[in-house]
Amino acid sequence: MSSSPGRDRLVASLKRPRSRGQITAAVLLAVVGFASVVQVQSQERDSDYENMREEDLVQLLNSLAGASQRAENEIEQLEQTRSSLRSDTDSRRAALEQARDRATVLGILAGTLPAVGQGIVVTVQDPEEQVGIDQMLNGIEELRDSGAEAIEINNTVRVVAQTALVDGEGGIVVDGTQLTPPYTLEVIGEPHTLERALNIYGGFVATVERPPISGKVAIEQSQNVEVATLAEPWQPEYAEPAEPE
Amino acid sequence: MIAGLGLLVGIFVGLMLQPEVPLWLEPYLPIAVVAALDAVFGALRAFLDGIFDDKVFVVSFISNVLIAALIVYLGDKLGVGGQLSTGVIVVLGIRIFSNVAAIRRHIFHA
Repeated sequence: MSSSPGRDRLVASLKRPRSRGQITAAVLLAVVGFASVVQVQSQERDSDYENMREEDLVQLLNSLAGASQRAENEIEQLEQTRSSLRSDTDSRRAALEQARDRATVLGILAGTLPAVGQGIVVTVQDPEEQVGIDQMLNGIEELRDSGAEAIEINNTVRVVAQTALVDGEGGIVVDGTQLTPPYTLEVIGEPHTLERALNIYGGFVATVERPPISGKVAIEQSQNVEVATLAEPWQPEYAEPAEPE
Repeated sequence: MIAGLGLLVGIFVGLMLQPEVPLWLEPYLPIAVVAALDAVFGALRAFLDGIFDDKVFVVSFISNVLIAALIVYLGDKLGVGGQLSTGVIVVLGIRIFSNVAAIRRHIFHA
């Protein structure tokens, strides 16, 4: 068929394996295949720098050093930003806390928050219905003078800075609410000071218990006076905060 | 037939195992592979010429690999490792080319 003895031998060996030479060749070829694959793979794995010249490597090293320097600078900058942001948050949180405290204090003073604490409960018996705003105002002023922090009358009206008292029929009208005797004033403050303020000579107790009123005042000190009534929150219409000079 | 299978098995095992080349072998392996390839092509040519002898093949294979490794080792010791490796590769390359040319003549008559 073919005139080439070489090709015939090749074809014959493909048809008829199992000579000793073939097996030897197989073993050695397996070794070659294995070794070349291993070499190719290890070459692919770390061929990046192995085949570079010295100058290139030096240059690469320099550029890497520069890059790491830049990265370190950036880290430093970012850390500064972070710490400044953190202190910013801290001061903002402190300001917020302060503002919240202040809002609480002002809320108690303005009567928009319920309050609880030690104080006195004053009960005014007025059988003749003779107690009017003169006496009541006096009493409230004396209480305020001695440091009353929250005042409530008959569990219905909170006495605040804008509270107005008017004489009404058979009692007094506080902030538009008709109150009738007996009056109960719940006052939060230092109990002894408050009681002494009402009891001073010519003061609230003396005025009420003397004729022509002839009422009866009972003062009870308490560790737990509760002022739960709230005043309407109130916006000033004409007054505006003035710039501090 | 079996020889071709052996080659495939070797490649397959290498791909499967993915072994790490030990450090002491690293400089010698590439040259050894080229030397072994030279031996393989020489053997194929001898086979087509009808003078193939498995003993000769084994001996030439092993001696090729060893001499290649020795030359690289010597070159490294003398400080001319790179150049000597290049020289070995050139020589082996020329031999592979001439062997392949002979093989081609046998198979394709061209």
